[in-house]
Amino acid sequence: MHGADEVSAADAEAFLVHEARLLDESRFEDWLGLFTADCWYWVPSQPDQASPRDTVSLIYDDRRLLETRVRRLGNMHLHAQQPRSRTSRIVTNVTLEGREAGGPIQRIRSKLLLVEFRRDQQRTFAATSWHGLVRDGGAFRIAWKRVDLVNCDGELDGLVILF
Amino acid sequence: MESAGLYSAERLRDLVRPGRVHRSLYTDPKVFDLEMERIFGAAWIYVGHESQIRSPGDYLATRIGQKPLLLVRHADGQIHLLHNQCAHRGAMVVATDCGHASEFRCCYHGWTYHTDGRLKSVPLQNGYPGHFDPTDRGTAMVRVPRVASYRGFVFGSLAADGPSLEDFLGYAATSLDDMIDRAPDGEIEIAGGVFKHGYDGNWKLYLENLCDAAHPIFVHQSSIEAAKAQSDQVASDGSGEVALRQMRQNGAPYSFWESQVGIWTYPNGHSYLGDYHDDSKLVAALNDPVFRDYIAALEAKQGPKRAKEILEVRRWNTNVYPSLSFMSQFQQLRVVHPVSLNRTVVHTYSFRLKGAPERMFEQTISFANIVNGNGSLVLTDDLETYGRIATGLSSGGAEWLEIGRGFATDLPGDHGGRKGKNSTSEVYIRNMFDAWLAYMTREPRHLAAAAQ
Repeated sequence: MHGADEVSAADAEAFLVHEARLLDESRFEDWLGLFTADCWYWVPSQPDQASPRDTVSLIYDDRRLLETRVRRLGNMHLHAQQPRSRTSRIVTNVTLEGREAGGPIQRIRSKLLLVEFRRDQQRTFAATSWHGLVRDGGAFRIAWKRVDLVNCDGELDGLVILF
Repeated sequence: MESAGLYSAERLRDLVRPGRVHRSLYTDPKVFDLEMERIFGAAWIYVGHESQIRSPGDYLATRIGQKPLLLVRHADGQIHLLHNQCAHRGAMVVATDCGHASEFRCCYHGWTYHTDGRLKSVPLQNGYPGHFDPTDRGTAMVRVPRVASYRGFVFGSLAADGPSLEDFLGYAATSLDDMIDRAPDGEIEIAGGVFKHGYDGNWKLYLENLCDAAHPIFVHQSSIEAAKAQSDQVASDGSGEVALRQMRQNGAPYSFWESQVGIWTYPNGHSYLGDYHDDSKLVAALNDPVFRDYIAALEAKQGPKRAKEILEVRRWNTNVYPSLSFMSQFQQLRVVHPVSLNRTVVHTYSFRLKGAPERMFEQTISFANIVNGNGSLVLTDDLETYGRIATGLSSGGAEWLEIGRGFATDLPGDHGGRKGKNSTSEVYIRNMFDAWLAYMTREPRHLAAAAQ
């Protein structure tokens, strides 16, 4: 029960800080490498949204679409990233939220404060992030990630950066 | 008015020429103000769907142009469209997006209104002077003069007079029919939430892009290439598959866009683009088990012959000028809200086909995410383009903007409209500017001219 697959809050926080750094440094392929082969990545359009199946989402990617999303970020014809966004993320308030029933996935809750700067405009995003983490050897993998933006149901311009 | 003085009918007519329009139509705030007054102040504007206000007392915040309004179903079942303004000191009476109420009460001094807008009670009423008449329609939440529903789609007009909703829609109503007829039970409802996406550009750009068969290869190059390079051996729960089909099909060659799609226009600025997916690449592909189940449900309710007729209607975007665009085949609807000259917000909705398998609606949601989502790999490049047009126009370069592609080869169409010989014709933009000119000059003959 205990031992190698036990997760501490400090371990989880170190992992989330590493993840945020990969995104801030535009290392998107490395970021994708953090996810499991059957992962999903979700930014709901409503507070407390119960499902991505019956309600639209700002982003809902299965593994296949997430790979396409990351590949597009490297495409030279991605007009919505000419010029590129620069981002700065603060990840904090990390808490362990227990394991998913009957499985190895550890649920982590954290707070995200994200500043995006592009073409003389700065946008601020605040969110509660949820990660489902699994151990893969010595490393963590993200089985799923959900990011609840405080303004998820507000009027928003296009979202190209990753949360 | 001063703005009207600067833009006489003669001047306006000079700004819309065969195959080109003047830059100022997108850059002059006075033109924008005049558009709000003469287009959004006259045309039938989509304000909501009856499934959003099912029961007496249900209400919905909506807009015509920049005006915040309230769509309400009154106790007698009738639908009213009210200015969301208290008759006392002008405060917005209802502050929530939607809900249910037996009466509306202003937060300021407690004036209350019936759900049809009539004044119900005024505290300290004996303190008002002799001219105060609580039964006066002006002493109320004033009604928008005309509201009408076409099979559940509700439109309002700020003008007391004008063509009926049916006459305004004309043949474009058949695309609304198409959306409804696809439901095995013959009924649809708004479901699955709403996207609200904004951009720093003019409101006209949005509809001008939606039937543009020539832009995807360039605007969407990043998502086309990323999708084509994607392995299909990677795990998908189905949502990615719908998105990838859509992005890849955007990369169809020019020869396909030119010859296989079709573009049709109708009076009053309306138009639609034909579908550009063949059966194997259709979003709800014909060999998809969910779509097979749906077809079976449609045939069971409507009979095989009628089901075949329904499924043979293959339209992509239908534009109802000036502010509605919808995809009847894929149950998507977009409402364009002009905010200012260079700021626009678009609200998009999905519809559930009653009697269809629930998995069908899940595909509708996946499709909505890729075509209308704020984080869509496709839409984000469109929004970027609208912003670049606003910035580019501020450069003061070319005075006339070209909308002439296909001008020499357009053909007469049916039902008073035209059609492009090639699907990449900008005939639908020229048709919108014919309507623009008719509204702006208040000369309906230009609407007829659109049909020539």
